[in-house]
Parts: sequence; structure tokens; C-alpha cells
Amino acid sequence: MPVTNVEKNPDDLTMRITCEFDASVDRVWQIWADPRQLEQWWGPPGSPATVVDHDLSEGARVAYYMTDPESGEYHGWWQILAVDPPHSLEFKDGFAYGGGEEDDEMPTTITQVQLIAGPSGKTTMTVTSIFPSLESMQELIEMGAEEGLVGALSQIDTIVQGTPAA
Amino acid sequence: MVVDTLIREPGAEARADLIFHALADTTRRDILRRAIQGDRSVSALARDYPISTTAVQKHVAVLERAGLVERTRRGREQLVQSRPDTLAEAHQLLEEIETLWRDRLTRFQALLAEPPDSAPDPMGEAPNDPKPN
Repeated sequence: MPVTNVEKNPDDLTMRITCEFDASVDRVWQIWADPRQLEQWWGPPGSPATVVDHDLSEGARVAYYMTDPESGEYHGWWQILAVDPPHSLEFKDGFAYGGGEEDDEMPTTITQVQLIAGPSGKTTMTVTSIFPSLESMQELIEMGAEEGLVGALSQIDTIVQGTPAA
Repeated sequence: MVVDTLIREPGAEARADLIFHALADTTRRDILRRAIQGDRSVSALARDYPISTTAVQKHVAVLERAGLVERTRRGREQLVQSRPDTLAEAHQLLEEIETLWRDRLTRFQALLAEPPDSAPDPMGEAPNDPKPN
């Protein structure tokens, strides 16, 4: 399992995942920068992605679609906000049912990626996701997530007692 | 509960002020109680108080600023949800997003194990890699 740390903040709806890979920064960057490789991990196994446009320069877009057996085809896109290859990437991540054009009504996520070279040719990658609202997170999960999601941990008692959640 | 928070978190004093102010009003305490009990529509709540809907919305805004409730929209309806519920929901959704990313990153790692110029597998899984846990 490459994940070494996960931070989740329910107050500002952010999640940061840290992972470590046994590969150089350049090689890890390629998994983002090569559309044919991006396709293979972005969507869940039941809905492989097809990347139609792919340009990681600032202001440019990535467009892809996935086919879900239940809801049919849906289109996603990235708008690149900042990029410094092979070290960092920041993009707005959105989706639209059918069509493929950007839908202003649909919520977007901000995703920030950082690659840091470590000792022995390893790379540490952090992915930070910033969600605008609970509703958008819910939609994202309904649209793109695999079956077999983990159930909720009940945090209600912890929160009501005023203890910061882990 | 509040005293523990004051000791542990910086900025908690200001938050405590907002909470005490929010709770120092009978109508607001009643709105909060009903939100906890599951009444969610602001217009439905407003019907039960002898004040205008605007006044009720202002009370809801004070509760929201104190972090005790959260307002959302569903179509044309404005809903209010008690914040322990909101935070619990946020926790749950973040758990699910975490799972989504963990699975993505497992596939990501599998691609790193392949030589860079191998042909893509249409099913999204590398042929020789073990199945992810």
C-alpha cells in the first residue's frame, strides 16, 4: 500500500493523502503526464477512463469520460491552475452528466499534487483535495466511486463531547 | 465540553463567545433543539414563531456563525442541519473519498511497476500485478 498518511479535516472539507513510491520523481510525474497511463488509474476498474484531451500547461484542460454500467456515460474535466513539471500540479476538477461541456452548476474540487524526491530514488507524493461543499462531495462519490465503500464511523458522540476527532 | 476546548484549541475563545451569544436567545435555542431533532426546513420552522421569516433567518445565521448549524439548499428550499450532524456527514464523506483515492493510488503504484512503454490494459489493471488488497 503506497499510502503513508491521511489527513482529513471535516471543518474545511479537505483531505491530504501522502504516499511513497519506489520510483523517481520523473517516473511518478509520467503517470499523471501520460494520458494513456492516466486513464488506467483515474477511474475505478469498472469504469475505465478515456482521456480525450490532455494538456498539463497552465490554463489548459484535460477532458475524459467514463462509462458507468448504471448511469451511463459521464464526462469529467480538469482545468490546470498551476503546474511546475515534474514537481507540482494544481487543477480544478469537475464533471458533467453526458454532454462533456463544462457545466457551471456542477461543483468542482481543487486538487493539488506535489512530488518530492526522497533518499534512495524514492518519491513522496501528496495529493490534497479541497471540496467546496458537502453536496459536491456526495455527488462526486455517487458519480465516480467504486462499489464497496467503507461505511461511516459514527463520530457524533465524539463531536458533541467537544473532543477533536482524529 | 467548552472548557476543554478553550484549553486545547487556539482561537477557541472567540468561538466560545459566538456560541454563548447564539445560545443566549430563547428562539435560537428552540431552533437549535428542533434542528437536532431533525426539523430541517427553515420555512417550516419559521411558521411556528410569531416573528417574520426574515427574523428567523437572522437567528439561523447567528447559529450558523457560531458553528452550531449549517444551512444548505435543496432546490428552492432552505434547510438547516445541526452541526454535529453536518460534521458526522463530512467525516463519512471524507472516509469515502479516502477509499476512492486509496484505490486510485494502488492502481497508480501498479503502473509504476510496469516498464514505461508497455501497452495499456483496457481493463485498467496491469496483467502481472497482484490484485490490490
